[in-house]
Amino acid sequence: MILLSEYILELKGITKIFPGVKALDNVHFSLKEGEIHALMGENGAGKSTFIKVITGVYQAEEGEMFLNGEKVTIRGPKDAQNLSIAAIYQHGTAYQQLSVTENIFMGHEKMTKLHTINWRQMHKDAAVLLKQLGSEIDPHSTMGNLTVADQQIVEIAKAISTNAKIIIMDEPTASLSKRECEELYRITEQLRDEGRSIIFISHRFEDMYRLASRVTVLRDAQYIGTWDVDGISNDVLISKMVGREISQIYPKKKVERGEEILRVEGLSKTGYYKDVSFSVHKGEILAMTGLVGAGRTEVCQGIMGIEKPDSGKVFVDGRELKIKQVSDAMDAGIGYLPEDRHKQGLILDWGLGQNVTLATLEQFTTATVINRKAENKRAKELLEKVKTKALSVFDKASTLSGGNQQKVIVAKVLNSDLKVVILDEPTKGVDVGAKAQMYEIMSDLASQGYGVVMISSEMPEVLGMADTILVMKEGRVSKIFPDAAGVTQEMILEAAMNM
Amino acid sequence: MAKEITKQVMQEDGTRIISAEKKFSFKKFMLQWEWMLVLMFVAVTVFNLIKIPNYANAKNLFSATRDFIDKAIVVFPMAFVLMLGEIDISVASTMALSATIMGVAYQAGFPMALAIVIALAVGALCGFINGIILVKFPELSSMIVTLSTQIIFRGIAQIILETQSVNGFPAWHTQIYTAKIGGIVPAALIFVVVEALFFAYLLHYTKFGRRCYAMGNSTTVAKFSGVHTNKIKIIVYTMAGLFAAVAAIYLSAKMSSVRSDIAKGYELDIIAMAVLGGVSTAGGKGRMLGASLSILVIGYLRYGLGLMNASSQIIMIVVGALLIIAVAIPNFRESVGQANWFRKLKGMFVKKA
Amino acid sequence: MNKVKKFFSSNIREISLIIVMIVIAIFVQIRSDGNFLSGENINDMLKETAVLAICAVGMMCVMVTGGIDLSIGAIMALGAMIGSTVLKGNQDLPNIVIVLISMGVGLVCGLINGTLVSRLRIIPIIATLGTMNIFRGVTYLVANGSWVKQQEMGQGFLGMATGSFLGINNLIIIAIVVYVVATFFMTKLRTGRKLYAVGNSEESARVSGIKTGRTLTMAYAILGAIAGLGGILYVCKYGVAQGETCVGYEMNVIAACVLGGVSVTGGTGRVPGVLLGAILLGMLNNAMPLIQISVFWQEAIRGLIILLSIIANTLIRRNVEMKALRRRNI
Repeated sequence: MILLSEYILELKGITKIFPGVKALDNVHFSLKEGEIHALMGENGAGKSTFIKVITGVYQAEEGEMFLNGEKVTIRGPKDAQNLSIAAIYQHGTAYQQLSVTENIFMGHEKMTKLHTINWRQMHKDAAVLLKQLGSEIDPHSTMGNLTVADQQIVEIAKAISTNAKIIIMDEPTASLSKRECEELYRITEQLRDEGRSIIFISHRFEDMYRLASRVTVLRDAQYIGTWDVDGISNDVLISKMVGREISQIYPKKKVERGEEILRVEGLSKTGYYKDVSFSVHKGEILAMTGLVGAGRTEVCQGIMGIEKPDSGKVFVDGRELKIKQVSDAMDAGIGYLPEDRHKQGLILDWGLGQNVTLATLEQFTTATVINRKAENKRAKELLEKVKTKALSVFDKASTLSGGNQQKVIVAKVLNSDLKVVILDEPTKGVDVGAKAQMYEIMSDLASQGYGVVMISSEMPEVLGMADTILVMKEGRVSKIFPDAAGVTQEMILEAAMNM
Repeated sequence: MAKEITKQVMQEDGTRIISAEKKFSFKKFMLQWEWMLVLMFVAVTVFNLIKIPNYANAKNLFSATRDFIDKAIVVFPMAFVLMLGEIDISVASTMALSATIMGVAYQAGFPMALAIVIALAVGALCGFINGIILVKFPELSSMIVTLSTQIIFRGIAQIILETQSVNGFPAWHTQIYTAKIGGIVPAALIFVVVEALFFAYLLHYTKFGRRCYAMGNSTTVAKFSGVHTNKIKIIVYTMAGLFAAVAAIYLSAKMSSVRSDIAKGYELDIIAMAVLGGVSTAGGKGRMLGASLSILVIGYLRYGLGLMNASSQIIMIVVGALLIIAVAIPNFRESVGQANWFRKLKGMFVKKA
Repeated sequence: MNKVKKFFSSNIREISLIIVMIVIAIFVQIRSDGNFLSGENINDMLKETAVLAICAVGMMCVMVTGGIDLSIGAIMALGAMIGSTVLKGNQDLPNIVIVLISMGVGLVCGLINGTLVSRLRIIPIIATLGTMNIFRGVTYLVANGSWVKQQEMGQGFLGMATGSFLGINNLIIIAIVVYVVATFFMTKLRTGRKLYAVGNSEESARVSGIKTGRTLTMAYAILGAIAGLGGILYVCKYGVAQGETCVGYEMNVIAACVLGGVSVTGGTGRVPGVLLGAILLGMLNNAMPLIQISVFWQEAIRGLIILLSIIANTLIRRNVEMKALRRRNI
């Protein structure tokens, strides 16, 4: 094949307008054959919109697209599929209740001569595809029963099955454990070596350095530039993404460790965790880490009474907490910032103020009637305290960026009379600027004498923020490092994995 | 995608000022669904005025409400159920069962007042059973559960009364239907107005109402925020059952007898009234004002068509169409705006900027 | 061994339904002095169930997409009413024409429902609640206050429900044909699988190039056509068409689907399950009179059995999940 252009895919001057918002503003992009190209930018920079333009889910108002040097127009997902473009989206687009085979072949089923679906052939082909990717997933199993990582492998198999030359991966590593990431890296490289071109979207610099040869940065819907990965440093890239310099990411303050504030003894729940014991002191930040699925979130939700544990005891300030429902834990002074902002933390259709006060309505009620003035005033104070970027307490939560939404939830948690704060993946999917602010908040909390529990999968933040590191493995406490100083990434990994 | 807000005032130390004052927006105010209902009500009234001689007669207009009070009583608690994102198909059967038990209790020699109390207790119990099942088995959808309790409740009424009817209630029981304040306003209407005010207060001003809204938007968020979601669900369903029993007492007075097949199909009418009032069956949206207005719209539409001797079939068609149009309007602009033919059409007339 | 286990775990719904049916059958067989499982009674029972079973297939198509159709009873009535009104004037028309007219009417009704749901994005329960009123109202208008009676239908038409082929009642034969076609459609054809895709996740389906709007409309259209068929057969069987035909029938159909394992949230449900669900309901209707349960008790018992079986199913599923959790050995 004679390449008419240096690039297999090229986009010029793409502009996409949503009612009232320019989601993409004159964006350029080019992809070489057999290249892994990282696309980076803060949340809301327009990355997801951009790939949806490539895959035909959205149509751009302006701009041109070239495939192998030829101008193409993509009117819908089917067009993209015909042009050998496939995408693996960030929010699993899997059919959870259907089989793996069906997920792989949906939309391009293998047919018999009689135009009926050839299940036997499809199961066989699915097995072959999965094996090619080095995976042992049973094609007959139901998608919903697989882990997130396995589901992603199925999605990749799906992309290959359509014979895709260009594969787009939207934050594939966001909820993978370290080991699963390695597996994904291996597969991605394998795809590249087979001559496919890959657009890899991620927040993690680790991913980019490991895989990509070039990187394109978007900021506020605009094209910032494209660089060779080898020729650009971490700091420069961050400043390109954020638009300003970020001096210190981990603003850890030195805090005297106070008396014990939270003690967990032998907490167990069948199938999720067993015999979990630890304690947190005033002014201490305890990081709970481990592979995804090791039971960290489940333990914390057990403490909160969201999913009741089968056995075990929890003491707050020396007094035993009878875990019956969430309000008990909150009354005892434990605050919980959930992992999933959209599903667990915020009512997106509501104003910020009502979101902030939802968990603490008692403070504003006399004889069951809510005093809205007092409510809004308090919400305003709290939102300002955590530096939320918003105009009014009546702004809908859905209009804020990820980082600002996270701040609203922090404000919500802070409104109660707290002793211990549990933060579940507080920086997951949050952009670099907001990340730094989250660390600052965490640090402040500790210095004000709260006990802080942080669940995190990101090694740098665990090492940068924690006083104590607790590593979980397969539902049990694998190791506790009472002093985080001197602990290395390797030591944590060793405790987290089967070694 | 979200464009950052630029207008915000930032102070020197980096903190931002966030407004806590609700700004009055005329556009928002006018875009409320309730205006649509007011328009519909005006349209219905004008239509009736033109078509029916002597329509504007206060006495008749007040009396007319007695035809739909039985449903109106249940619309408000039903709005609460829908608000949670649930549904209760069993209310009509609950009405039948509590009326039946009231009748049987009276027949068995209980004083009427006690029979009524028993009926109320039965209604509340029916609702409580729905609530308990839904709380104990959160995997089951409320539609399915109340669908089966609907059959069961009605079935029990049938077991008790078979094809008989109970009548001969004391005169004061009939008064529940016939009594009029000042000879004009039906007493039962006063009850409905008070009920509407109570539910509006409960939904819009209290903790309980706010939490119901929260649950309707997301049960998970509510649960994570310490809301006792199970307790609220049980209370709301019990309320629906209780008021179904109230409606049953009214209905028995209206018909001055009780049978096991009363109120058949009422559940769908009641749900339709709530939905037309702007209460979303997906939960989390709706107001009691809207529900009240929609009761009046449907009620007087029926009344007017009835006076015009329009057959009941026409009324069914009109109400059905009204329901669909009402729900479709908010979606219409959006879905048509996205449709290809509309874009093309627009492109022919509007030049690209 | 492993294969057997796999078979059981992937068909647990159907198997548990069969077990429930066997238990009921044995119980009733003993109490009815052996009348229940006689060939004649089984034929009778299946005949009574045929219409319900046919309609349940249509409802399944819609429920698999995550929707519901409350207007199915009204569509049946409208299709049957128009069909039999045509028949009244022309008794010599071949049966197939009447059936096609009824199905055509149903198809149009279904297309209306489908358009409301897929294009105007009205929540299915509300859209079909509205059209239920409309279709029913139109039925009354067509009926114009009168019934189409047995004499007006003619023996040729009525024979469709009483006649038999190879000793099996025609209605059963039609039901079997519908089920064979449905099974083929839902498992072997691309179009059928699209229904599942949309029910699992409309967003994903759109992204993988499925025209979701068209697929949704199709589901309601299929339901409409099948309801038209069911309606005319219903009228044929009972020999009378009136405005009130099949009032409340939608609840029976939905109950059959739910018993058969179709989830109201969409995405799951299989044809054999729906058949078993419909037969179970039919069995109850048939068995209760046989063992002298009073007419007045039957409804309550039916409701209770529906409720208990969905609860039992939930408990079984919980048990399976709990076992899986224990196996994780944590």
